[in-house]
Amino acid sequence: MLDDYFGQYGLIAIFLVISIVVPCSMLLASHGLSRFGIRPARPNAVKHDTYECGVQTIGGTWNRFQFRYYMFAILFVIFDVEVVFLYPWATKFLTLELFALIEMAVFVGILLLAWAYAWRKRDLEWQG
Amino acid sequence: MRCVTNAEGMLSADGVLGGNPLFYFIYSAVGHVAPCWLSYLIAGLVIMLILINAVLLGAAVVSWGERRLLGRFQNRVGPNRWGPFGAFQPIADLTKLVTKEDIIPYGADKLAFTAVPVIMVAAVLLGTAVLPFAKDVALVDLNVGVLFVLAVSSLTSIAIFTAGWASNNRYALFGAGRAVAVLLSYEVPVVLSLLGVVIVAGSMSLGDIVHAQTVPFFLVQPLAFFVFIAGMSAELNRTPFDVAEAESEIIAGYHTEYSGIKFALIQAAEFGGVLVVSGLIATLFLAGWAGPVADWLGWLWFLIKVFIGIFLFVWIRSTYPRLRLDQIMAVCWKFLMPLSIINLVAVVLEVFFLRDASGSLSTADLWIMTAINMVVAGGSILFFGRFIREKVRTEEPSANPPSQVVPGVPTIGMG
Repeated sequence: MLDDYFGQYGLIAIFLVISIVVPCSMLLASHGLSRFGIRPARPNAVKHDTYECGVQTIGGTWNRFQFRYYMFAILFVIFDVEVVFLYPWATKFLTLELFALIEMAVFVGILLLAWAYAWRKRDLEWQG
Repeated sequence: MRCVTNAEGMLSADGVLGGNPLFYFIYSAVGHVAPCWLSYLIAGLVIMLILINAVLLGAAVVSWGERRLLGRFQNRVGPNRWGPFGAFQPIADLTKLVTKEDIIPYGADKLAFTAVPVIMVAAVLLGTAVLPFAKDVALVDLNVGVLFVLAVSSLTSIAIFTAGWASNNRYALFGAGRAVAVLLSYEVPVVLSLLGVVIVAGSMSLGDIVHAQTVPFFLVQPLAFFVFIAGMSAELNRTPFDVAEAESEIIAGYHTEYSGIKFALIQAAEFGGVLVVSGLIATLFLAGWAGPVADWLGWLWFLIKVFIGIFLFVWIRSTYPRLRLDQIMAVCWKFLMPLSIINLVAVVLEVFFLRDASGSLSTADLWIMTAINMVVAGGSILFFGRFIREKVRTEEPSANPPSQVVPGVPTIGMG
């Protein structure tokens, strides 16, 4: 079993390295083209300016975010944590007893209450 | 590394690659001279080569096919100059993009800016690692395959936000913010909809899920299929959910500042993403490599199903207009979310009452589930559709509409 584990994730690790090397090599190859003069590399101030439809950018571009992003992030975290508990249960559900069904119904029910509350409080609306 | 052999010296089914015929082939060729792990590694490397080429060349094919199809949908021709039916168009595009100047704006964070295309391509490539693309052939058939795919596909949202942040561009940041909000929100219904698939298959391994589909799951769980396709269109930033790169509002969204080879890589990752997601749809809902005849033709059935998925995405793109951001959020949290919960509840109850004592479902059980779930799907889509309907104020049509013809101005084409 442990052999399988290392065998499988070993292959994934190799695949991860290769799938990072492939796009890196493309970037390097393109960089190499500029050495041979095939790809131009003539920087100038206007070309390398921040693109903003032809006008100069005023002030810092790293703005603050609106609060509503935070609201959706919290909702996401809640439901994603729920999913972490749901998946192992779902995998074995074919052989589980009634007790497991009721237990998960209570768990999901509580979260659904929270979701209905958020809906009622108009937190699911995208407005500032 | 362990190679299980039976009495005749052949590998038995519980070998490391779980019945991968390529592994058997290589093992029978070099197994008597080389150690077992070497044939395992060679088989793995061969499959990696196939996967990387399939995704990167497939991305080119998808980009060409999508433009041709969009052309047809929009009653025009599409690219047709270079090669038969314009089939060499991706090569021309790539040549152009590779030889373009690579611009990194002065204010940008160079390292993060350069890392983004690499992360995006790597995430898409990694997503293919668990896809069984022919009978029992996958790079690795992880027992947590579904979770692996979901985890890897959500790497893209990190890359997108990095792109927006590193570009030092307001439009890029707007696009990235929108993209992350959409990606996070749609992750929830997608993940919940896949629970139904996992419950019926009784396993998270994609290979087992394909084996469990004696009835394809898009029939057994139409709601999950619907939610998955809608959610994945959003995860891929495709129309109707493409506010992240809405060109009429925020230039190109998070990849506004990208050019040259980096832009080419981002595009490759997007089209490759369509390919991988279509592969996922084929595996999870259309019974993967299983076809009407000949299991050794599994790769062909799989390919056909992948192209069905791609066609579906292009069709959706050419049909629906772009939604506003608040509409997208409403569709996610008030429509897809309850639908995926209903699918989960329905599947759980059906499985609970239909399964036999050993905890397995027969084909007849699946057909019963199909019948019930079709009704449930229709009813709940109609019911929850009410919550996302916009209140449109319509003007009362007057009995005699005023004439549009301005006196003194000649009307053109009115006879």
